[in-house]
Amino acid sequence: MSTLDIRGLEVSVVTEKGQIEILRGVDLTISSGETHAIMGPNGSGKSTLAYSIAGHPKYTITGGSVTLDGANVLEMTVDERARAGLFLAMQYPVEVPGVSVSNFLRTAATAIRGEAPKLRTWVGEVKEAMSALNMDPAFSERNVNEGFSGGEKKRHEIMQLELLKPKIAILDETDSGLDVDALRIVSEGVVRAKEANNLGVLLITHYTRILRYIKPDFVHVFANGRIVEEGGPELADKLEANGYAEYVGA
Amino acid sequence: MSLLATNYLTPSGREEAWRFTPLNRLGGLHDGSVDISDAESMTGPETAQAGVKISRVSRELLAPESQSDDVIVSRAQAECATVFHVEISPGIEVERAIHLRRVIERSGESELSRVRITVGENSRAVVIVENSGNLVLGEDIEIVLAPHSFLKFVTLQEWDAPAIYAARHHAIIDRDATFESVTVTVGGSLVRILPTVEFVASGASAELLGVYFAKEGQHFEHRIHVDHAVPKAKSRVNYKGALSGDKAHTVWIGDVLIRAAAEGTDTYELNRNLLLSDGARADSVPNLEIETGEIVGAGHASTTGRFDDEQLFYLMSRGVPMHEARRLVVRGFFSEIISRIGDEIIQERLMVGIDGELAKAGQ
Ligand SMILES: Nc1ncnc2c1ncn2[C@@H]1O[C@H](COP(=O)(O)OP(=O)(O)O)[C@@H](O)[C@H]1O
Ligand SMILES: [Mg+2]
Repeated sequence: MSTLDIRGLEVSVVTEKGQIEILRGVDLTISSGETHAIMGPNGSGKSTLAYSIAGHPKYTITGGSVTLDGANVLEMTVDERARAGLFLAMQYPVEVPGVSVSNFLRTAATAIRGEAPKLRTWVGEVKEAMSALNMDPAFSERNVNEGFSGGEKKRHEIMQLELLKPKIAILDETDSGLDVDALRIVSEGVVRAKEANNLGVLLITHYTRILRYIKPDFVHVFANGRIVEEGGPELADKLEANGYAEYVGA
Repeated sequence: MSLLATNYLTPSGREEAWRFTPLNRLGGLHDGSVDISDAESMTGPETAQAGVKISRVSRELLAPESQSDDVIVSRAQAECATVFHVEISPGIEVERAIHLRRVIERSGESELSRVRITVGENSRAVVIVENSGNLVLGEDIEIVLAPHSFLKFVTLQEWDAPAIYAARHHAIIDRDATFESVTVTVGGSLVRILPTVEFVASGASAELLGVYFAKEGQHFEHRIHVDHAVPKAKSRVNYKGALSGDKAHTVWIGDVLIRAAAEGTDTYELNRNLLLSDGARADSVPNLEIETGEIVGAGHASTTGRFDDEQLFYLMSRGVPMHEARRLVVRGFFSEIISRIGDEIIQERLMVGIDGELAKAGQ
């Protein structure tokens, strides 16, 4: 049983125009087996929250705390956070030229597991993860995210989620840019990871359609850098009907 | 060989061609003060192959096929008593790569060298020059491709730390012939190579690839010159370099000339540099001169930068430690070119060497 605890988190970015405040005190607790949906309009700070938890160097934490089972996440380096059990499926996964998917996956699995996976079982593991996500085996010879379609990038992110078996995963708009079939395949991958590892999920999304496949236990509405309303799955239905108008501008 | 003739124009360092080169580190190759021995270090493979003749012939039998305004190349052309000749018969597909290596009698001795590689009509071959050890060497390599021939020409500069190498690798490419080169420079004190291409008939193509990795104090210079003098030739240039350590200096010049007669030319040149530490300097000067508008395409790009934070973040967010993430990124950066060598043993040796340098530099 793991718990990611976010308390009063305040985050800024430094731009040419100086430091701008994006997150203005976020409180959120996610435990193993739970699914939390964060929904909010574009620009409300959802990706900033995701990147800050993962430790992206662009963001400066100006207040609050993040702990994983009591350990101070904010003091950890990016790789330490991943090894502690955090995972971020990125909205815009990064191209790494010249590094093959197979080399990347094995390097990551070695780092996370603390030892190189046995070659024979590893090959099978990767094959299985790829076929479950409807990915062509030739995929593993391509360079990480290079020339991937939007859907391929997202499948690749979820494949890592299944192989690296984190405790808590943040999925940043994993649904965006996916057609209906890809959305279903990717969602099933998330559900498999949940069931296999009692994963806790923080699902960031703009739309409600992914919630048909990944049922949230809690829904948080995000606007202007903070959570403005919280509730159960029924809150998503309300957003579906009314949009974010009542939360923005105010 | 006796004293060098002195009727050459000694560069002052202000000339365009020499302005980046530290002349005082050329071992006297440029001004004739070097004491040339009679060493002939280039050697061919021990086992013969059908259609490949390797010999050392006297200069009278093999006059230069081209001229150069480079003083060191001119000296080599004028003063070398013999030419190392690799001759590939027409209509032959040479089975195994032809490896040429250096055998050095006295470490640090000085040498001028001429090499000729001729590829017969409709032939295919791979030649790999493995430069290692310690020499002060001025060299002119002329590569002559007959119509419809193919040559992959790989040169490895894995010289010992004090070595000095100033050379021209000049390809003369006839109708519908294809020249592919991979130039790797990772060792030596000063390496200055002029990879040059001369198209003599239409339909020919040249791909010039290169990687270099300069560490503390090393000066690695590559001055590409592609002369599109005839119609419908294609050239691609792609050099990638990394620099690490104080006063590591690399120079990449990409001169591509499309003459008025060269209609239908298709050319693109690219140079990327990765700065791994402070105190290193990469000069990169693409230079495209176009005298006709009737071309298929002409372009160039040059970038010099540090590690991409987004790439490192992505890898580290998967648990990969910083040093390992950097290693992956650098390997990935070079692999596009190194994988084109086509020799697994050499490729792995170079990659392991690069890993070692990164580890040493504490990257
Ligand atoms: N590096 C940055 N530089 C400048 N502004 C930024 C940067 N990152 C985010 N922002 C700004 O912060 C706000 C929140 O961005 P983001 O977290 O990406 O929102 P969301 O993911 O909810 O669409 C936006 O107004 C965005 O323009
Ligand atoms: Mg976002």
